[in-house]
Amino acid sequence: MSGSRRSWGPEVSWLLLAPGLAWLLGLFVLPLLGLLPLSLAEPLGRFSLRFRFTGRIDNYSEVLQHYGPLLLRSLLVAGLATALALLISYPLACFIAFRGGRWRPLLTGLVVIPFFTASLVRMIGWTTLLADRGPLLGLLRGLGLVMPLEVLGLLHDGRLLNTTPAVVGGLAYNAVPFLVLPLVVTLQRVGVSLLEAAADLQAGPWITLRRVIWPLSKPGLAAGLTLSLVPTVGDVINPQMLGGPNDRLIGNALQNLVLVQRQLPRSAALTVVLMALLALLVLFGLRGGSRDDLPLP
Amino acid sequence: MSGSPRRAIPWLALWAVAVYALLFAPILVIVLFSFNAPQGRFNLLWQGFTLANWLHPLAVPELVQAFVSSLRLALAAAALATVLGGGMALALARRRRRADGWIELLLVLPLTSPEIVLGTALLSLFVQADVPMGFGTLLLSHSLFCLSYAALTLQARLSGFDWSLEEAAEDLGASPLQTFLRVTLPRLAPGLLAALLLSFSLSFDDYVVTLFTGGATLTFPLYIAGSFQREIPPQIHVLSTLVLALSLALLALSLRRGPGAPGAQEAPENPPPLR
Repeated sequence: MSGSRRSWGPEVSWLLLAPGLAWLLGLFVLPLLGLLPLSLAEPLGRFSLRFRFTGRIDNYSEVLQHYGPLLLRSLLVAGLATALALLISYPLACFIAFRGGRWRPLLTGLVVIPFFTASLVRMIGWTTLLADRGPLLGLLRGLGLVMPLEVLGLLHDGRLLNTTPAVVGGLAYNAVPFLVLPLVVTLQRVGVSLLEAAADLQAGPWITLRRVIWPLSKPGLAAGLTLSLVPTVGDVINPQMLGGPNDRLIGNALQNLVLVQRQLPRSAALTVVLMALLALLVLFGLRGGSRDDLPLP
Repeated sequence: MSGSPRRAIPWLALWAVAVYALLFAPILVIVLFSFNAPQGRFNLLWQGFTLANWLHPLAVPELVQAFVSSLRLALAAAALATVLGGGMALALARRRRRADGWIELLLVLPLTSPEIVLGTALLSLFVQADVPMGFGTLLLSHSLFCLSYAALTLQARLSGFDWSLEEAAEDLGASPLQTFLRVTLPRLAPGLLAALLLSFSLSFDDYVVTLFTGGATLTFPLYIAGSFQREIPPQIHVLSTLVLALSLALLALSLRRGPGAPGAQEAPENPPPLR
């Protein structure tokens, strides 16, 4: 229909686009690009937010030297958390997509509902559950599992709180909806009939999973992994609330650098390095994914 | 159909039940502990049932102040983001031009940068521009990170939109403004509500960007972050339970099949599965 959408000329559509574009360009693109010159500047004094541009490339070498190990550790923890989240999410997504039937929208909605509570409020919930005199540790004691878990490294000195596993678990929890939603969308496209065909051809559940479901779920997997990895790498809250002093990640270091040490040029350099790393991960991860797989209500 | 995929049902279902239990565990703790009568300053250990917290939800002045400033900020940011994002989604849906790819990319990009990066970048911008940080800068930064979600949510809803109704309205002599107000807008309402709700909860939840760009403003998440050092009053639990209940009610409303909801026109539901 060539005559459709005739009422608005291009002027109107630009008018509708302009304010949003101004926001995105002025408050996202500009400040992000602004980090590049800032990362080559020098502060005017200790604890001063003021700086002058001197082309100081040493910011980068200092930042890499100082925070390199922490960056690697953050990537490792984020990778571990995302893997754990995938282990939790994939079977659930299969259940919703293949066995959900008419309950599918409700089952999908249930995954998101806990995240309508502020993440810091959930931290109070976790602290209550994991506390030294809390219910989970009490249950583990009752079952006599404290020693075995200590040997496995999941408990430290009989504590669940302020440990690395608690941080990884908290990060994994946050990543679950980012993985489940896109996975359900792609798995739905696989359809139950294809599984029945596989069964008719005498494929067992394992073969069906490996040869049919897994390959066909890759677009959703790519979108989900990207969406969950990005907030996980830069997370501040989980290490701060669930981890001990040695569990700080790159987000906490960056926060300290900006808000406590007030070193804007170095912070900018560290941010640029972090973004470059993430861009590599995202470019790698988004291959094969498409925007249709983004989980949106 | 042969029995092999059916045998997998109990395992998958059991796993699903376990994951749902895990997902809801911290939330249920919050709801439950809103009825706790804590001894001491930290509401982290179950002591006994009471309704006192629910009868005095506003007993902690600093908490109420933080809660109200979060509400104000989230409402303003969500409204702003939905208007800006809604405009973009409408324009993009009507244009359908290949050249618009860069705009769509621009919309998706903020989703791929962690909050800490956005916070650092915005703080640097505001410092360099000599803007005093407070409610105004918070509104700018919150509306920005909500904008992409609002626009993409509406865009998804608009993909099933029947534009011929607008043409019909215009053929019947309605002005473009009348058409928008009386035909387009009512059908967009569920999508707009979804975008508003998502933006509201994103803003209400935000900790990192607020910490970086809020100056001395104390919001609900910032109050809670500090509460781990001072006290954790059960009123936090009461107010959080209220917010959760309210968002659930609104979520149900936005998911209800309005006339503009996708799939409303496709006559039969999904075809019944083969048995």
